[in-house]
Amino acid sequence: MKLLEFLKRERKKSASVAKERLQIIVAHQRGQRDQPDYMPMLEKELLEVIRRYVQVDQDAINISLDRDNDCSVLELNVTLPRDE
Amino acid sequence: MAKIIVVTSGKGGVGKTTSAAAIATGLALRGNKTVVIDFDVGLRNLDLIMGCERRVVYDLINVIQGEAGLNQALIRDKRTENLHILPASQTRDKEALTADGVEKVLEALSQEYDFIVCDSPAGIEHGAQLAMYFADEAIVVTNPEVSSVRDSDRILGLLASKTRRAERSEPPVKEHLLITRYDPNRVTSGDMLTLDDVREILAINLVGLIPESEAVLRASNQGVPVVHDMDSDAGQAYADTVSRLLGEDVPLRFHEFQKKGLLSRMFGGGRR
Repeated sequence: MKLLEFLKRERKKSASVAKERLQIIVAHQRGQRDQPDYMPMLEKELLEVIRRYVQVDQDAINISLDRDNDCSVLELNVTLPRDE
Repeated sequence: MAKIIVVTSGKGGVGKTTSAAAIATGLALRGNKTVVIDFDVGLRNLDLIMGCERRVVYDLINVIQGEAGLNQALIRDKRTENLHILPASQTRDKEALTADGVEKVLEALSQEYDFIVCDSPAGIEHGAQLAMYFADEAIVVTNPEVSSVRDSDRILGLLASKTRRAERSEPPVKEHLLITRYDPNRVTSGDMLTLDDVREILAINLVGLIPESEAVLRASNQGVPVVHDMDSDAGQAYADTVSRLLGEDVPLRFHEFQKKGLLSRMFGGGRR
């Protein structure tokens, strides 16, 4: 009986797991869609520069480009580790 | 002026050529002068699906390079009036496909035809981008499966940025979602993304839903586009799709799980 329930639950899951994974990856893809081509490279190099001074993780850096009517704003967020 | 429709997907093997063949044939059967062009240089297959592989003499590249006239390369479909096929080259280099050349061919065809259906190669490289570049509408063929849905989303990004309409800031390419190989059985058991899941993730208008069907392989075996097999579920689903492309409001079919009756379960009255 338990085994049957277990099997049933496992079967139900795969399509909804697929949906959740897709929603995340597609949101990420769309975030990159409107970026200029140099953004990934810029992000990588900025990370390298910061790492020369402070050891930060890959995901501690957040970079985005917002376009307004007459100008673009490059926003750079770096989460630095707390001083000891 | 013809309407240019690209059939595209990003991922290979999801049913682009089957769909391009069925939709072009369906449009012609409805009385529209239609030409279907194979953009898959080096790996042409549309000729096989259309059943005209032995009648290919010249191809798209020959026309672009001035080695043959357009009318020499166009193959008249034997079964369907108003339908022509322009095959891709099997031997040439992909680079021979140029934007200028394609534009000239499309312009010339535009004078003669109502619809130009472009069968895109898989991927997001040169050939795929050229197939979509001049399009007015796009049919994004998607299987209810993770890699296909993700690739379709990538293609939607390209349609919004790398097409002539996008570059000229004209009204955008009209995007249609075509879901193929849908198995209501597996959807019911929770092992396949539902129609609504795919729609929700890609957020574009659904133009058709083609069920997983034995008729599709049978059709390609014979080189007869599946839309000719109007006894089959897939044939009817493609005919519905064509109607929707032509602006008709047709209710969706084949998306619900059909519980088999006792008799058909005993005697195996499978789907045709």
